[in-house]
Amino acid sequence: MSLAEKYPQEIEKILAKYPPEHKRSAVMALLYMAMREEGYITKADKADIANMLDMTTTEISAIIGFYTLYHDEKAGQYRLQVCTDIGCALRGADQYLAELSEKLNVKPGETTADGLVTLEEVKCLAACDKAPMFQVQSGKGIKYHEEMTVDATLELIEELRKDAKEAK
Amino acid sequence: MFYMLLRHRDIENLNQIDTFLKEDGFEGFKKALKMDTTDVTNEVKEAGLRGRGGAGFPAGVKWSFMDNNNWPHYVVANADESEPGTFKDREIMESNPFQFLEGLAIASYAVGANAAYIYLRGEFWEVAHFLDEKIEEMEKAGFLGDNIQGTDYSLNIYTHLGAGAYICGEETALLESMEGKRGQPRVRPPFPPSQGLYDKPTVVNNVETLTSVPYIINKGADGYRKFGTEKSPGTKIFSLSGNVNKPGNYELPLGSTFRELIFEHGGGIPDGKSIKAIMPAGASSSMVVANDEALDTQLTYEDVPNVGGDLGSASVIVVDDSISLDWLINKTMDFFHHESCGKCTPCREGSYWMKKLTERIHSGEGTEEDVALLKDVATQVRGKTLCALGEFSTMAVVTSIERFPEDFAK
Amino acid sequence: MTKEVTLTIDGKEVSVPAGSLVVDAAKKAGIDIPVFCYHPKMEPVGMCRQCLVEIGRPAFDRATGEAVLEEDGSPKINWGWKLETSCTNPVSDGMVVKTQSEKAVKGQNDMLEFQLTSHPLDCPVCDKGGECLLQDLTLAHGSAESRFSFDEKRHAEKKVALSDDIWLDRERCIQCGRCVRFQSEVVGEAVLGFEERGSHTQIMTTSDPGFDSNFSGNTTDICPVGALTTAQFRFGARPWEMEATASICGECPVGCNTVLNTRRDVKSGGKIVVKRVMPRQNEAVNETWLCDKGRFANHNTDNRLLAPSTEWTDAIASAAQKLSAADEPVFVVDGSLSNEDLYNIKSLADEVGAKALCYSEAGGGALTTKSASYGKSGAGDAILVIGGNLYAEAPIFWLRAKQAVERGAKLIVATEAETRLDAFATTVVRDLKKGLEVAEEIFAKAENTVVLYSGDDALAQFCAALNPTSLIGVWEDANTQGAWEMGYEAVSDLSALKGKTVYVAGKSSLVAAALESAEFTVIQASEEANLVVGQTVSIMETSESVCVMLPSRTIAESDGTFTSAERRVQRFFSAVLPMGDSLPGYVITAQIAEKMGVTLDIDAEDIFSAFSDLSYADLANISVEESLLIGGTCYENEQGLGVMLPAKA
Ligand SMILES: Cc1cc2nc3c(=O)[nH]c(=O)nc-3n(C[C@H](O)[C@H](O)[C@H](O)COP(=O)(O)O)c2cc1C
Ligand code: SF4
Ligand code: FES
Repeated sequence: MSLAEKYPQEIEKILAKYPPEHKRSAVMALLYMAMREEGYITKADKADIANMLDMTTTEISAIIGFYTLYHDEKAGQYRLQVCTDIGCALRGADQYLAELSEKLNVKPGETTADGLVTLEEVKCLAACDKAPMFQVQSGKGIKYHEEMTVDATLELIEELRKDAKEAK
Repeated sequence: MFYMLLRHRDIENLNQIDTFLKEDGFEGFKKALKMDTTDVTNEVKEAGLRGRGGAGFPAGVKWSFMDNNNWPHYVVANADESEPGTFKDREIMESNPFQFLEGLAIASYAVGANAAYIYLRGEFWEVAHFLDEKIEEMEKAGFLGDNIQGTDYSLNIYTHLGAGAYICGEETALLESMEGKRGQPRVRPPFPPSQGLYDKPTVVNNVETLTSVPYIINKGADGYRKFGTEKSPGTKIFSLSGNVNKPGNYELPLGSTFRELIFEHGGGIPDGKSIKAIMPAGASSSMVVANDEALDTQLTYEDVPNVGGDLGSASVIVVDDSISLDWLINKTMDFFHHESCGKCTPCREGSYWMKKLTERIHSGEGTEEDVALLKDVATQVRGKTLCALGEFSTMAVVTSIERFPEDFAK
Repeated sequence: MTKEVTLTIDGKEVSVPAGSLVVDAAKKAGIDIPVFCYHPKMEPVGMCRQCLVEIGRPAFDRATGEAVLEEDGSPKINWGWKLETSCTNPVSDGMVVKTQSEKAVKGQNDMLEFQLTSHPLDCPVCDKGGECLLQDLTLAHGSAESRFSFDEKRHAEKKVALSDDIWLDRERCIQCGRCVRFQSEVVGEAVLGFEERGSHTQIMTTSDPGFDSNFSGNTTDICPVGALTTAQFRFGARPWEMEATASICGECPVGCNTVLNTRRDVKSGGKIVVKRVMPRQNEAVNETWLCDKGRFANHNTDNRLLAPSTEWTDAIASAAQKLSAADEPVFVVDGSLSNEDLYNIKSLADEVGAKALCYSEAGGGALTTKSASYGKSGAGDAILVIGGNLYAEAPIFWLRAKQAVERGAKLIVATEAETRLDAFATTVVRDLKKGLEVAEEIFAKAENTVVLYSGDDALAQFCAALNPTSLIGVWEDANTQGAWEMGYEAVSDLSALKGKTVYVAGKSSLVAAALESAEFTVIQASEEANLVVGQTVSIMETSESVCVMLPSRTIAESDGTFTSAERRVQRFFSAVLPMGDSLPGYVITAQIAEKMGVTLDIDAEDIFSAFSDLSYADLANISVEESLLIGGTCYENEQGLGVMLPAKA
């Protein structure tokens, strides 16, 4: 089913934010919507959104490629994105990430064997006073986790694993 | 401590509309609605409120630049907050959202905008959803929608999420992004007040700038000018991070010193180390030598340049003496290379080149020539890029090499 | 009249229309400021930063608004600390520009150094070598040694097929965005984009099919480097080895001005062949563009009729004898012939009292000979495009319709099938009749009205009844309009040739049709007709009893003129040596005529003067052309812009 068929009301609400002759503005919101399903934007979604907004799929891809939070390739169900930018790094984020990476047995950019978590290293998330911190991105959205320890992180991952199992 | 912006620290549940209304909520907006729009703008002009997003441009002056021969007008709140070291707007939006929305509404009224947008960085996904609720509550309370408070003024506020791009904090890139394009900056001029969103006159203001507005309307320009200095009136939120004991947001009158911020409020440097350098405006800052002169410098737009920095968005990153700056500028270059939008040549190629050089130097493979070359490349980028990001990328690099040569003489 | 602004560039005083950009003003003063991203046909974006110059502006007293003067009485000039891009800054009165100051040159060289950090510098094997802006600049100003470590160069794919016709070399791309902007701004088909960002920025398409546009070849001209090249020309020749000859595209009736680039070619047995077709600037026709149909047309076909089956003199005699002996010979042509060919055939037909027919599926030719000027429609005007598929049939007309809409014209598209023009139309109807009705309404309120139709005589009549300012037939051939102007009668059904002796001249499809119907055929054709009637080998075996075949020359081999559908008469020149024993069509006709006792001219220029009020010299007028050629490969029009035939009462 296409996005247009699945979420007609929500799409209408998004489009209503912008002048009708500038419906292209809705592309950002619609791309988030597309990621809800599989956690990434499929080829069909691209065509679907292009169609809704009178754009070409090339234009859609160009936007996806520009922004780091859009993905058009499958990864883990949850993307655990650790900030290692200056503020956090000065407060030990690099060591935190290294330890976490070792415990999870995945390097940044890789996904755990069960396909649950992709570990990623990201730039400043505007939480420099709460390092170490990360955000979890999934089809459901983005959630911050601040002042973390490796143990607390592993606990959180266990919870995510449970949630994922229940969802199935 | 007096709070004009972080009032939620004194008042519990300020992000609930009932509480907010009890605490003089929307009084400024109500007052503004009874004023002539130009008087609202003039009040803000006289208050001398300067943009809190980094450039420090006087807000009232910006509003008065709106082209009145071209309609509709728009106001866009810049909630992109992506400068490494900055985390003040998020706290405002999460904990004192109505004051921010009130400021946005006043600004919209002043420039005759019937639609206002809040552009949030994509990572503020939850904040955006929270604001959506707050906007709805505000509408229900009769402060948004048609014929607000019985006047013929109508306003709708919408949130718009970015998706992970620092450059979208630059106002014209932000507008491109809002228009559903790649967030790449436009050539300026034209500036947004003459051609902004959808080529219509647009005011872009930072969240903190807008949050300051209700106080100004309530207490008048004079009331606001009780805080701060002549050229930098008001209070400002300082996002303090790095090697300090108590990192966090501190709202202080402009004119407080680095020493007060870092040692009184921030609790000084941990583990008995001493302070070495300060980046007063996040990753885009020059590296300021943290000597007594610097520490006693007032935090104002006019004073910080005297010690070789800028106040910018006042995201103060503290660097202690255990840090070697070759490591630090490798971090900043990592950031700027990652965030360069790729539109203009000097930033796209320069950030890549500088990144390669800082990597080499930090890894210990770099030679003296590499350090000289790095400085040269950075200088070569300066003054030639399409927007300020390229300029920013060179600040820490050049000033670290100049002011801390010992860190590069390995 | 727009206001003129006077400024000083490198000490030279220049006056240009207000609103001009500094880079264009400099060009007018004979000063070339280097550019990559700027292209005069697109909105400036100021992204490559190559065109940095020093710009000073006169100081004004804030209070009085008066100009501030220096002690010596000259105006005080304010100089900013930054260099500025000359492609984004409009001129202003009293502005002072320095393009060659130490600071400006350093700035430009700095940009060049950045561009070259990751560039492969593979000029010796690059198709663009010799006409590459980056190469030119590097030779002029590049440093001999790179300060950038060779090992750290970014590498990328060198052979990406964006379509069957266009290749992308990602290492050579300098991210100027010209191609992306051309596709989205100029053509309105945004099938090229940038992927990722920063130093990972690359050209890509994810459209399906990929680079699907009838204008794709233009991106290879405007690409300032060798990143985009055509499959046709890839490794075909070095630009400097080729001759350039002005020509007119023969693929459709738009009449785009072209240049045929030719070179002796080993693959073709040492013959001089056409290596590529390039646009030649004509602002009134094709600006600096060409469609892919014209650009990739094959000019080196092997299917050529190389010699008559007997000696030329015998063949001519035999043809003359057959035509003289016939009761009612018929002369039939198509619009692929030049005006000069058409005129001699028409003259001979008139002399012997025979019919001169021009084969065309579209009708209404006679209605189009009054006024068919498409012009530069804009606000207040209205255009009806009816029948057919303009995008495929006459792509540059399509582009001009799109541009007219952008300038404010109303556009009605009335076609049975969806077309690529629908997206730009004010009104789209899927029924021709309805389209005529809508047009009538809209035309009533419009200033200039233009109808572009593809259809039969009946449709043409309906369109003419709208009384448009211009009625343009979208013909199948390049010079069909020329035949109507000369008074040829239209024929769309060749059964009338049955049993007749026919003199046929034109494309092989026409020849084949004549061969099938006529009793005896005098064939004047440049292509080998038997390839088309290939199955009917018997005809070929007995060919001498049913036909004489007289090999004529292609456009690339001849001199002459075409009259475009909008009645612009334009000249083309022979670019390659004729193949085999072929002769120009008008010479063949003149020789036959001579044997029949009729004297005709055998010189193209004389023939032209004989039927036209114009001369070749008139067609060579170039005075109105503004030189816009900044960056990119397109030929300046040095041979003339042709002449629009005046509207007839
Ligand atoms: C690269 C770059 C990033 C920026 N990021 C932000 C940002 O995250 N938030 C912000 O308010 N302003 C940011 N700015 C400044 C804006 O361009 C603009 O000046 C500001 O939003 C104006 O609001 P103000 O006058 O209220 O400060 C940035 C500027 C640049 C050049
Ligand atoms: S392919 Fe050519 S025209 Fe396109 S961006 Fe690259 S250099 Fe520019
Ligand atoms: S910035 Fe002027 S030509 Fe590219």
